[in-house]
Amino acid sequence: MLAYIARRLLYAVPILIGVNLITFVLFFVVNSPDDVARMHLGMKHVTPEAIEKWKEEHGYDQPLLYNADEQGVAKLTDTIFFEKSVKLFAFDFGSSDAGRDIGDDISQRMWPSLAIAVPTLLLGLLVHISFAMLLAFFRGTYLDLSGVVLTVILMSISGLFYIIGGQYLFSKVLHLVPISGYEPGWQAWRFVLLPVLIGVFSGLGSSGRWYRTIFLEEIGRDYVRTARAKGVPELKLLFTHVLQNAMVPILTGVVAVLPLLFMGSLIMESFFGIPGLGSYTIEAIQTQDFAIVRAMVFLGSVLYIIGLLLTDLSYTLVDPRIRLS
Amino acid sequence: MHVPYKRLGGLGRVLGGLVWALAGLLLGGCGDQPWNSPYPPKQAGKNILYSSFSARPKHLDPAQSYSSNEVVFTGQIYEPPLQYHFLRRPYELEALTATRVPEPYYLDAKGRRLEAGAPDDAIAFSVYDIEIRPGIRYQPHPAFARDGQGRFVYHALDEDDLEDIDTLSDFPLTGSRELVAADYVYEIKRLAHPHLHSPIFGLMADYIVGLKAYATTLRQAWDEQEKQGARPVVLKLSDFPLQGARVLDRYRYRVTVRGKYPQFRYWLAMPFFAPVPWEADVFYSQPGMKERNITLDWYPVGTGPYMLTVNNPNRQMVLERNPNFRGERYPDAGEAGDREAGFLDDAGREMPFIDKVIYSLEKEAIPTWNKFLQGYYDASGVSSDSFDQAIQVGSSGSISLTPELRERGIHLNTAVATSIYYMGFNMLDPVVGGDSERARLLRRAISIAMDYEEFISIFANGRGIPAQGPLPPGIFGHREGREGVNPYIYTWGARGPQRKPIEEARRLMAKAGYPDGRDIETGKPLVLYLDATGGGPDDSARQNWIRKQFAKLDIQLQIRNTDYNRFQDKMLKGTAQIFQWGWNADYPDPENFLFLLYGKNAKFRHNGENAANYSNPEYDRLFEQMKNMENGPRRQQIIDRMIDILRRDAPWVFGFHPKQFVLYHDWYYNAKPNLMANNTLKYKRLDPLLREQKRREWNRPIVWPLGLMALLLVAMIVPAVVAYRRHENRRMLVEAD
Amino acid sequence: MIKPVILWTDALVFLLVGIVVVFAFYARRHEHLRAPWREVVRGRIAVASLVVLAFYTLTGLLDSVHYRKALPMQDGQVEVQYGGEVFSLLDALLGDVGSQVEKTYSAPFAYTLYTRETVVDENGVQKRIFPRLKYGGAHLDDPATQRGADIAARSLAALWQALAFMLVLTLLLSLWLAGRWRLSPARALRRLLRGDSDVPWRTALFTIFLFALLAALIVNLASAWHVLGTDKVGKDVLYQTLKSVRTGLVIGTLTTLIMLPFAVTLGMMAGYFRGWVDDVIQYLYTTLNSIPGVLLIAASVLMMQVYMDTHPELFETMAERADLRLLFLCLILGITSWTGLCRLLRGETLKLRELDYVQAANAFGVARRVILVRHLLPNLMHLVLIAVVIDFSGLVLAEAVLSYVGVGVDPTTMSWGNMINRARLEMAREPMVWWSLLAAFSFMFTLVLAANLFSDAVRDAFDPRLRR
Repeated sequence: MLAYIARRLLYAVPILIGVNLITFVLFFVVNSPDDVARMHLGMKHVTPEAIEKWKEEHGYDQPLLYNADEQGVAKLTDTIFFEKSVKLFAFDFGSSDAGRDIGDDISQRMWPSLAIAVPTLLLGLLVHISFAMLLAFFRGTYLDLSGVVLTVILMSISGLFYIIGGQYLFSKVLHLVPISGYEPGWQAWRFVLLPVLIGVFSGLGSSGRWYRTIFLEEIGRDYVRTARAKGVPELKLLFTHVLQNAMVPILTGVVAVLPLLFMGSLIMESFFGIPGLGSYTIEAIQTQDFAIVRAMVFLGSVLYIIGLLLTDLSYTLVDPRIRLS
Repeated sequence: MHVPYKRLGGLGRVLGGLVWALAGLLLGGCGDQPWNSPYPPKQAGKNILYSSFSARPKHLDPAQSYSSNEVVFTGQIYEPPLQYHFLRRPYELEALTATRVPEPYYLDAKGRRLEAGAPDDAIAFSVYDIEIRPGIRYQPHPAFARDGQGRFVYHALDEDDLEDIDTLSDFPLTGSRELVAADYVYEIKRLAHPHLHSPIFGLMADYIVGLKAYATTLRQAWDEQEKQGARPVVLKLSDFPLQGARVLDRYRYRVTVRGKYPQFRYWLAMPFFAPVPWEADVFYSQPGMKERNITLDWYPVGTGPYMLTVNNPNRQMVLERNPNFRGERYPDAGEAGDREAGFLDDAGREMPFIDKVIYSLEKEAIPTWNKFLQGYYDASGVSSDSFDQAIQVGSSGSISLTPELRERGIHLNTAVATSIYYMGFNMLDPVVGGDSERARLLRRAISIAMDYEEFISIFANGRGIPAQGPLPPGIFGHREGREGVNPYIYTWGARGPQRKPIEEARRLMAKAGYPDGRDIETGKPLVLYLDATGGGPDDSARQNWIRKQFAKLDIQLQIRNTDYNRFQDKMLKGTAQIFQWGWNADYPDPENFLFLLYGKNAKFRHNGENAANYSNPEYDRLFEQMKNMENGPRRQQIIDRMIDILRRDAPWVFGFHPKQFVLYHDWYYNAKPNLMANNTLKYKRLDPLLREQKRREWNRPIVWPLGLMALLLVAMIVPAVVAYRRHENRRMLVEAD
Repeated sequence: MIKPVILWTDALVFLLVGIVVVFAFYARRHEHLRAPWREVVRGRIAVASLVVLAFYTLTGLLDSVHYRKALPMQDGQVEVQYGGEVFSLLDALLGDVGSQVEKTYSAPFAYTLYTRETVVDENGVQKRIFPRLKYGGAHLDDPATQRGADIAARSLAALWQALAFMLVLTLLLSLWLAGRWRLSPARALRRLLRGDSDVPWRTALFTIFLFALLAALIVNLASAWHVLGTDKVGKDVLYQTLKSVRTGLVIGTLTTLIMLPFAVTLGMMAGYFRGWVDDVIQYLYTTLNSIPGVLLIAASVLMMQVYMDTHPELFETMAERADLRLLFLCLILGITSWTGLCRLLRGETLKLRELDYVQAANAFGVARRVILVRHLLPNLMHLVLIAVVIDFSGLVLAEAVLSYVGVGVDPTTMSWGNMINRARLEMAREPMVWWSLLAAFSFMFTLVLAANLFSDAVRDAFDPRLRR
């Protein structure tokens, strides 16, 4: 087990290098260093000299990946890619191309994101699993059918409209919660309430339907029939035997996203004015701030790798038959 | 077997309890404030203005900041020597920190002073002597803090001293000092600073004497210090004299500008020419400051009525009254109608009126608009579709509020912006460009077909006026009424300008050799390309609309959508064909618009702002002549001739001038729009008590639907419980059998 | 004179249809494949959803046959020139609906615009009125009184047409069934109408009737009215919605098609073989998943645009440009979206491979390929199917979010995502413009619902344990 974990962590290094390289290539396919410089210098009255100066100062004046003018190792190290990537592995994100310290920004913006994501996940799991259990219990009846129709209806609505509709109903018509905004500390709950409810509700369609399928799959198995024949009450059967055995697919979906929770949700945060990380990457792509893009992608992949590892570990916890080698 | 049932029943009770607990929490948590108030209760009734920002400002350093969303802040904090009069129109400069608006005198090439009225070509230099008022003081700031011996407390810090520092307000001591002329000169020198990248350096280097060489000097000095190992490198700009900007005495400084450049005065009203104390640069360049995001870019230092106290661009920015502000009086005269509109009610009172302004981050237009309607924002200047709710376009384009909003006491002010949105033809293109009659007719036909009246009514909700030429109203040279009409596109009818019928455009097409949109020789259909950026929902509608306009002439318009970089690239290489662009005036002078079509200013090769790459020798000659003239009938005459050339050649489809709208609540005063001035916050006044009352009235929480929802939930759970119970019972029976 | 145009996605769509047909023939010959499908078509809901899906597919296919019209010859012209607009069979069937463009918004079945305009009447007096539409209800002199009657008359005509069509169809069907059941046609018909058959023909006929009626209504009404109103630039919403069917289907199916082989093979291999195979596959999907999709899409769309700009001769029409962008979007979405399912299958395979029967097969030395296909794949099918259906609907919806970020389909391509995204702004108008949203939503919803219900039936039929 420990060897497995160690190996996985070791594998993280090539993954991170790969992700970094691809992101780098993709970013500079879209934006040449000149474009980046022009963007950061503003759009009016930008002279070629200013662009050159900016590039030099921010380290964008070298070749991107391969420096033919240098000798030996320097062919690869005297490049924008190398210079900009090395520090990341020490989690030193440096400052953004616009001059702000990235680490500082991330540590500020992750809390609001978490304040929404964690309750949404927990409450969502509770509600979605209960709902799916309900459908699984009444499988084959019209209640089940109408439940499926309901989930499909919920799934067919674009996420934007849950948000707009929720804001309209609860904030604009009923005046119950603020439309958007945020406040750090305990007062945040007033701003978080509606996004969390909307998040849970909008996930009900696909999650409910997904869990229902998994539960139905388990219900059909022999051990369930045996247990039922033995007189185990249906509810107990569902919430212990079935749930435990359906854990693998559920965990696959949930554990991997745990570390990513703090990366936030773009649309939710934009509409509710939550100062989270959700829009950080997108904004950076749009404003062509490579330093931020690189840092966020790096962080994202580290978290993702951790999430995958956790998933694998959780498999062995819920199902001792699974062996990781 | 009844255990599960009980458990389910318990679940129902828990849910019911939750609903009540929630309601209780809501009641308890908010005091007597409306539940949907996004602000903490302790701010209720305070003299605070609430506003929003949608994107984090990039720069608040006056040498760098140029965008309109940055000027919202910098305009209130920094004070350049001049400002625009708040009420008078056409826009007029007046002194701010200066004692008066400076009148230049002229020198010839040998440096001899010329008499007034000397011919333009004799003028080699213009000299501006600017005198500032004594007794103006900076806002409290740690950079000025001194100890008992008069030494600066925070000028020699190292990393350890900054241990407990996260924001600027963590420094316990602050100080202030008097504004001196040297601070203005210091800022002009900063424009050439090698690491500030001032966006106007390129432009100013052409005008301010010696600025270009100065940049090289500073760069060398910087490199030298760096080589010697100085960390941090701080350039003491006072050690490096700049020929074009010199201190005369404590309160006077002199700027020397190459040639005659009357527009220079307008620049003196922009934050680029605001004072920066040298202490700030020393303070901010200390090691460890940048890592904490403590820089001049984030914590500006100024003499203005407000100072930035909270700068969290991810959530909130707060401006607070500068306690050291010298005081300024509200103007006592304006243009006709201002007194009736109530804009002179505060005449002669001391400004600023508002204590604090809280800007909150709002990314989406719909929530912002709804919060405005609930009274949580005091004014709304966002141009979005939401305005449909508010505005009725009355007959003949006059605009008024809907009765619903008027009932709420919301007011509306409009002003035509000093901007233009146009559609340009690349004059280097073989089909639409060039000086041939064929292309000219084609361009004119397209100009007629592009029905901007329709565009404005569909996409701008009537917020704009179709342009007859490049100059918007309010700029010298613009002509109103019949003589201002573009005769190639419009006829003058009983109700003002009438766009020529589409048949006329088709006739022009036939004359150009494209009858029914097909080449008369080969029969090939004419295909044109619009180079565009973007892919938002409104873009697609807009592009469909443009294709519809071209289809009226049977021209197939293909849209080459791409990202902004590629678009820029095409423009620079001159490979675009048709494009859409806009221009927002830097200052209210016709030169700032007409230079957009000046040949030497072409985008291709010259990297200028003339995106159409239009070049007409006659126009260029007139432009050079007009550029430096004082406003008057002679200038008007030349401008008329220039515009006539443009209309004939039609390098642009003159699109429209957008109108700016301000909607504001009953408790918000002095909301007259001023599109040139950026320091208008100090003129605004609030009635916080009225606001408090209205907010409460409008936002009474409605709770009963919550109860209804709880009931519904119970109604859904009960049958399930019943069914479950029956199911278990049946199973028991089966088992009993 | 017309000139056929084969867009990239057209070719792929027809290739897909070909594969399905070949598979159908293959399945006919093999009882173990045929039996479950027979099971599927015995459910009433399944049959109804199958009919719905068939109609959508038909619309999509009709819209995938493209051509350009020739322009009239001019004097001295040698070569025939073709117009730049690309039409499809669907356009031809719908007639002029696509080209009947109003000025701006109008409500469903409206005869005036949705906004007021200032006009001058013959006495020179200015008035604020709702101007008449150019096409919607233009054939009536006094639409205020005649509208109801006109709509009723057209609807009635549509009803008769649909009924006549159904009559013919029912008779044909009963003739065919009579042959199969070895009954007289009259008795076969009676049995059919009683609903006394293995395959619920009656349900199928009823669903077909509903769609036939819908089609007849569209054909009868759309030429004279804007049945679902018009959008901001005055285009008919019904027309856009119908054209969006193809976009939705293409995004849903092509993407799924691209992603499925990756997800299934890689996921199972990773879970079954473990070791270095698992490592490589995990490396692949971790790397892919860590890169922001927006960046990936933006970069590839951009590369494609650069290619288009350097090879303008290859893209004579707007449609070809837009189509390539659509294809690229499918490709990228396919490449990025297999990771989720792959991970899921890997996890499940990890669990399954330890089960007794797999271990037994291993011990007996059954080839690993066979174990994967025969023993593991069937046990994973439920996950695959449900994930495909959820992904399909997710993809149709995802398009709207992509447009929100600015990397969706070409703005000129008609798609539900574009419509929904526009509706975001329309909902904020006063009075609200609701029909675009309603149209896109109901068409999308019907498709997604049918796909869901059908997949449920398929899953039940293929699951050996759930067989009744």
